[in-house]
Amino acid sequence: MSDKPGYRRPQAGTQPDYLHPAYQSTNLRSPSKPLVFLPHSLSEITGPTIGAERIAEHDNDLTAQHDGEPQGERIIIHGRVLDENGLPVPGILVEIWQANAAGRYNHKRDLHDAPLDPNFTGTGRTVTDADGWYQFQTIKPGAYPWGNHHNAWRPAHIHFSLFGPSVLTRLVTQMYFPGDPLLAYDPIYNCVPDTSAKERLIASFDLEKTVPHYALGYRWDIVLRGRDATPMEK
Amino acid sequence: MTLNATTSHTVGPYYHIGLTWLNREDLANAGTLGERVAITGQVVDGNGDVVNDAMLEVWQANAAGKYDHPEDDQDKALDPNFEGFGRVPVDGEGRFRFSTIKPGSVPGLKGTTQAPHLVVLVFARGLVKHLLTRIYFDGEAANGDDPLLACVPAERRRTLVAKADAAGVYQWNVVLQGTDEETVFFDY
Ligand SMILES: [Fe+2]
Repeated sequence: MSDKPGYRRPQAGTQPDYLHPAYQSTNLRSPSKPLVFLPHSLSEITGPTIGAERIAEHDNDLTAQHDGEPQGERIIIHGRVLDENGLPVPGILVEIWQANAAGRYNHKRDLHDAPLDPNFTGTGRTVTDADGWYQFQTIKPGAYPWGNHHNAWRPAHIHFSLFGPSVLTRLVTQMYFPGDPLLAYDPIYNCVPDTSAKERLIASFDLEKTVPHYALGYRWDIVLRGRDATPMEK
Repeated sequence: MTLNATTSHTVGPYYHIGLTWLNREDLANAGTLGERVAITGQVVDGNGDVVNDAMLEVWQANAAGKYDHPEDDQDKALDPNFEGFGRVPVDGEGRFRFSTIKPGSVPGLKGTTQAPHLVVLVFARGLVKHLLTRIYFDGEAANGDDPLLACVPAERRRTLVAKADAAGVYQWNVVLQGTDEETVFFDY
């Protein structure tokens, strides 16, 4: 049996190095020894397939998970998950989590002096449709301070986690909002040198998705790693 | 059309809000075929301090050496009682513990055979991109012929091999950074 194709290696400058001193938590948590090159075997071109059967009715509507409505600016985020070959990635799990409108996470370790919202947990999940589309309804998260350096603030963001078809397409990242002045100062947003890679983490305002008198729309597309066209070797 | 994959960012310290619903203490259930194993260990940083906000994801084949995935077209049986995936949290001391079954051998590239192993992804605040490593089992004869272990400098291979303690529980630590014991992580 000939080997099946592996996945493309990252384009230079588009994925972060583990050590990024401006983000201080990387200093003691990044490997200091060389990584060992991994040929892509059956163990990596396979992966968990978690589908729609595990998704419940309000899992993709973070404004409908409690008795009342959460505080904040109601938004709809939608987009398409594609692979590097431009093909839609259907039927894959997309998980999100976020702070509330005041910039506070519903988490015991978040000590930021901002109010919790009894009507907001900040947990969402969905599965992409047959054409790779996903959609969430939520509220716009607030910016929040963190201890990385003096007067450090994270720009408003939503955490995203995606599986995709294999172990190698696993992606955890963060989505940002257009025009946020905090982006320029954020060491996490700026952890890669490639400007276009950074800008692709920013959603765009979507007037067509905006619902009159109800919610602002945003569009954010996500790209997962794609397969090599041919096996590396017969 | 050629695109570039979206940039990875850290899970941060609050990932529990979104991700713990898939936590598993036992990847197998009562009906799963295979030899039961328990694996425990600790995640530590470059100072040897415990990392209490890490998370592992484990992916493995079933006892026959078959992955529950369409890319695995081996003529081996799936186990309806085994998915092969679980998220494993760490506690306040950075410790994790999970149970599963020992996977069978799976094919490697170029006609090789891989020794039984688990694929492990490591996520944490401070990891801008998750780490990928593997757990092998001490005492497996097939370890000596494993094509990936052969790519690892000999003195570092032990960081990938879990050792059973007196009670039969496999011990395996994740050392994110360190002079001697740093775990081998792969460029995936
Ligand atoms: Fe965050």
